[in-house]
Amino acid sequence: MDPILLWTIIIVGASFALYIGIAIWSRAGSTSEFYVAGGSVPPLANGMATAADWMSAASFISMAGLIAFMGRDGSVYLMGWTGGYVLLALLLAPYLRKFGKFTVPDFVGDRYYSSTARLVAVICAVFISFVYVAGQMRGVGIVFSRFLNVEVELGVVIGMIIVFFYAVFGGMKGITYTQVAQYCVLIFAYLVPAIFISLLLTGNVIPQIGFGSTMLGSEQSILERLDGLSTEFGFDAYTSGALAQIDVFFITLALMVGTAGLPHVIVRFFTVPKVRDARKSALYALIFIVLLYATAPAIAAFARVNLFETINNVQYEEVPDWFKTWENTGLIVFDDKNEDGIIQYRADETINELHIDRDIIVLANPEIADLPAWVIGLVAAGGVAAALSTAAGLLLVISTSVAHDLVKRELAPEISDKKELMIARIAAGFAVIIAGYFGINPPGFVAQTVAFAFGLAAASFFPAIMLGIFYKRMNKEGAIAGMVAGLVITTAYIVYFTFIRTDLNNLENWWFGISPQGFGTVGMLVNFIVAIVVSKFTAPPPMEIQNLVENIRIPRELTDDESK
Amino acid sequence: MDHKELAKAYWKKNLTYVGVLLFIWFMASYGAGILFVDYLDNFTLGGFPLGFWFAQQGSMYIFIIVIAAYMVLMNKLDKEYGFDEQD
Repeated sequence: MDPILLWTIIIVGASFALYIGIAIWSRAGSTSEFYVAGGSVPPLANGMATAADWMSAASFISMAGLIAFMGRDGSVYLMGWTGGYVLLALLLAPYLRKFGKFTVPDFVGDRYYSSTARLVAVICAVFISFVYVAGQMRGVGIVFSRFLNVEVELGVVIGMIIVFFYAVFGGMKGITYTQVAQYCVLIFAYLVPAIFISLLLTGNVIPQIGFGSTMLGSEQSILERLDGLSTEFGFDAYTSGALAQIDVFFITLALMVGTAGLPHVIVRFFTVPKVRDARKSALYALIFIVLLYATAPAIAAFARVNLFETINNVQYEEVPDWFKTWENTGLIVFDDKNEDGIIQYRADETINELHIDRDIIVLANPEIADLPAWVIGLVAAGGVAAALSTAAGLLLVISTSVAHDLVKRELAPEISDKKELMIARIAAGFAVIIAGYFGINPPGFVAQTVAFAFGLAAASFFPAIMLGIFYKRMNKEGAIAGMVAGLVITTAYIVYFTFIRTDLNNLENWWFGISPQGFGTVGMLVNFIVAIVVSKFTAPPPMEIQNLVENIRIPRELTDDESK
Repeated sequence: MDHKELAKAYWKKNLTYVGVLLFIWFMASYGAGILFVDYLDNFTLGGFPLGFWFAQQGSMYIFIIVIAAYMVLMNKLDKEYGFDEQD
């Protein structure tokens, strides 16, 4: 048997056995364990779980490739997907922990003393999560098909069975501890090839420093070399940006605020015992995330140099083996336009002969750098871990939204804890099946819908929660009006440009040059403004709500003795 | 001070910390990584154009420092006002 296939089966199989073992060990016994792991997760474990929860198939497989082809503009993802944790740590996490319930709609519904507000929050949470989870299941299927030669469909089904196991039985408790294991698998899988390649190209072990240093056997630094090669073949210089500054600004802000507003991330801060643990686990989470995110631009730069040097202006007959392997998957396409048998990789589409899918940068990296077979198996296991951990977190949000926010809080408050737990499990099971369906039959617009999910989170949850904590006078009228206004304008803009009039989706037609991807920032601003204006003209919230706000602002109440 | 006044003073200090730290957060990312990136590229750091380094590396490290600083400051503040949670 082919050693790559053998190693992949062994490593992926071992990681699955580990996840299932954890699922059996961590079976949830109560709704509190199912929703928030009993509120007893140590901050270090919660930091790892948050990092795995957060880093999806897109972060692991696609991001470095995106950066490799965007150059400096790739920073929108780097800053956008990490900076949101500062907002979470300083503005949301500690207070939501103190609030001490199970879900984001719980907070919105209670803080704004309104079933309508809760319902709007439930719809947003479920919609955002479904949009996001479809892409994850697809990611699992793709990794399976490329590394294990099984059909994408079969890969999705295998992924569904694994997630079903630990999400349905273990709930948040099972998910948390499998995510800890998944973080370890995925970070190891990401760093090992990066370190190898950095050593090969620069002699430096640390990729983050390596991609600024000189190339071995050359006078130039990697980045100078890259700028030179890029401009020589008509591309923009790697270290300069091509996007408009205002768009970079708005996209980064939309991604940051969207990150801070995603329900599956927020809910992780409900699982730690204390307010100070919430602050600490936000710190751990960001450190664990940056470990991967600071490595990605190094991988991107190394891979882009490698592409220029190993396959550009090379005889097609003499390309390295990996080129032919990945050509079979359609991720690399060579179209010999001038029929000279030489691969010309150029910016100008009329003479460019090479098409490279961005996903190849991470997936084929070990082969390009000629690393041992086990490293390739490791990358496959890492990709699956990243996709499964995110999928599980999202499925849990869907299940709690239905069982807790909808059934327990609105429809049938009298049901017992046991019955609620059963409904949560059934909901999780259904969610897995629907997510799997979308994984097998992906709607043609998966890529656009992810931007949509971030935009909606930025335009709805972030302002509502932040105002709920920092502005005591905010009432239900203001909050609901703000959320609805933010949602409507964001949805209208994104749907118009990415689904209805895709032909107009360009700089000339965008408002102020802001792309749909960055429009969540506008939605957020509209939400803030509408909420504040409406609240000024309506009655202040009842006294008990104002007391609730005062309570969540401090880590604990003083006893009568202490406050004398 | 009674409980209410303590809580008010605590909150005011918290807001000051948050304000200062968010300013640093903003300057590291939107400032150095986006608005002033081209100007900073005139300087280099460890082989990187400085603006590029902030956009793809430095901003993220500063985010970590910002959260760490907030954690330390708030833990101290909790103790100072007696709001720290008992084990």
